[in-house]
Amino acid sequence: MSETKYNQEMAFFVDMQRCIGCHACEMACAECETNGQESMIHVNYVDRAVSTQTTVQVCMHCEDPTCANVCPADAIHQDDFGVVHSADTSRCIGCSNCVLACPFGVPKKMEEAELMMKCNMCYDRTSAGKKPMCATVCPSQALYYGTKEEIEKMRPDSVPVNSFLFGKQEVNTKVNIMMPKGTHQLIIE
Amino acid sequence: MYRLFKTLNRVAFIKALIASFAVIALVLVGSRNLQNFDAALFAYLVGTIFAVFGIAYRYSVWLQRPSTKLYWKRSMQFLFSKMFIPYMLRSLKLFFKNILAQRFIAHRSRTRWIGHFLMATGCLLAFAITIPLTFGWINFELKPGDDLTYYTMVFGFETFSFKLGSMMAFVTFHGLVWCSILVTIGAAIMMKRRLTNGGLIATQTFADDWLPLILLIAISLTGLGISYDYTFLGGRTYQFMAVIHAIVVILFLVWLPFGKFFHIFQRVAQLGANLYKTEGARRGMAVCPHTKEEFATQTHIDDLKLVTEKLGFDYSKQDGSNHMNLSPEGKRSALAKAHFEVRKKSGKFFG
Repeated sequence: MSETKYNQEMAFFVDMQRCIGCHACEMACAECETNGQESMIHVNYVDRAVSTQTTVQVCMHCEDPTCANVCPADAIHQDDFGVVHSADTSRCIGCSNCVLACPFGVPKKMEEAELMMKCNMCYDRTSAGKKPMCATVCPSQALYYGTKEEIEKMRPDSVPVNSFLFGKQEVNTKVNIMMPKGTHQLIIE
Repeated sequence: MYRLFKTLNRVAFIKALIASFAVIALVLVGSRNLQNFDAALFAYLVGTIFAVFGIAYRYSVWLQRPSTKLYWKRSMQFLFSKMFIPYMLRSLKLFFKNILAQRFIAHRSRTRWIGHFLMATGCLLAFAITIPLTFGWINFELKPGDDLTYYTMVFGFETFSFKLGSMMAFVTFHGLVWCSILVTIGAAIMMKRRLTNGGLIATQTFADDWLPLILLIAISLTGLGISYDYTFLGGRTYQFMAVIHAIVVILFLVWLPFGKFFHIFQRVAQLGANLYKTEGARRGMAVCPHTKEEFATQTHIDDLKLVTEKLGFDYSKQDGSNHMNLSPEGKRSALAKAHFEVRKKSGKFFG
């Protein structure tokens, strides 16, 4: 409908080791108008009993999204920019297939509403040329939205990686994570 | 044209043909060999048969998707089991609550539920009135010597009667007017949301989100036009009103299998998903190896492994376990731990 101003030169970079667990991104995420005041980002302790480490997870917007493939209602759609959108509200039957199949643990099931919701990279903002809410408020820049040149300048010892290996399955994504230089893939044992 | 035949889904095509012929048979039987069929509604009948063909075709193709097929199979298996009575009662209860009353939408937004409920109720009532009329299942008759009493014939059998000019006659003959009012108010509420909600403005499309609302309002208003014509204009514009209404309705029927309205038929699958969860919980829950908490039914996890395998995904690990055994929180933690290890090995956590 409205003309999109989605800037394809901008990209999302996540560095979960920088996450300080402040939850600012959660508060900001709830401001995104496509979520209806529900926060879609995940911040959780990795293993609270032994560590204070926290992690932050946005939707990685997979090139071949498992969530969309396993959806029995054909409710998850990937647009021309590679953004994997939240479930089509008229189609989603609330089966939770996507919630359980996503290798990154991203989609959320709103039980009462019988609806899956997930991060769509603040499409109301990114389609208007703005940055996603979470990336604008993250104080430690665990979440960063900008150009590749900008991130390379800011983090000279790191490299953006968008390939993951879960067991035998390789998953390539639109969103990058920052890894030590020379790394090409994150292997999840 | 050749490409159309090449890409045609043969199973779906046969099922759609059977469904279409079944409708024709039902028309012939229900109208007592066309004796009670209203020829003025022929164009609507053709539109309806096309819609049935399209819906049956798309439904069949949809059911062939690996995950949909598995859900369908499991739902039927669980329903027609020794738990048939409790599951049927549960499904009926949910049918009234979530399909007819669409209560789940109220948890998404109250205004949205009101709008959707008005639209859906108006549409369902209109279908309940127009389909039996179009198929010749219901007709009205007068008896010799009494031209003031209308007799309602269902499948050619006399059911109830009412006096012309009575309240009953007013309510019955204006059935579609009430439907139009419900649909128009509902569609207007939904249009207001689409004009003012920032999230919807960003993601909506004309074909999927605006066209259905425009079509519903067009059907309602042109339908109301027919009533307005015979009530206030003495039928002077009847021809125009009737033709324009027929064109809009037939457009709607032809578009029914392709666009957003297909969700009306998909929605029933929600009952199957609910049943799947209930029976799955009875069979046992899956425990996440990371959080040590129950997070889904074991049946669901096992089935998802089968579905993903069919779709060409393989999340199995060298040690024989599977990434899908983890809960969503477990998966996020596994990713963070793997990232931590790589950073640790490199000797630098940041930079």
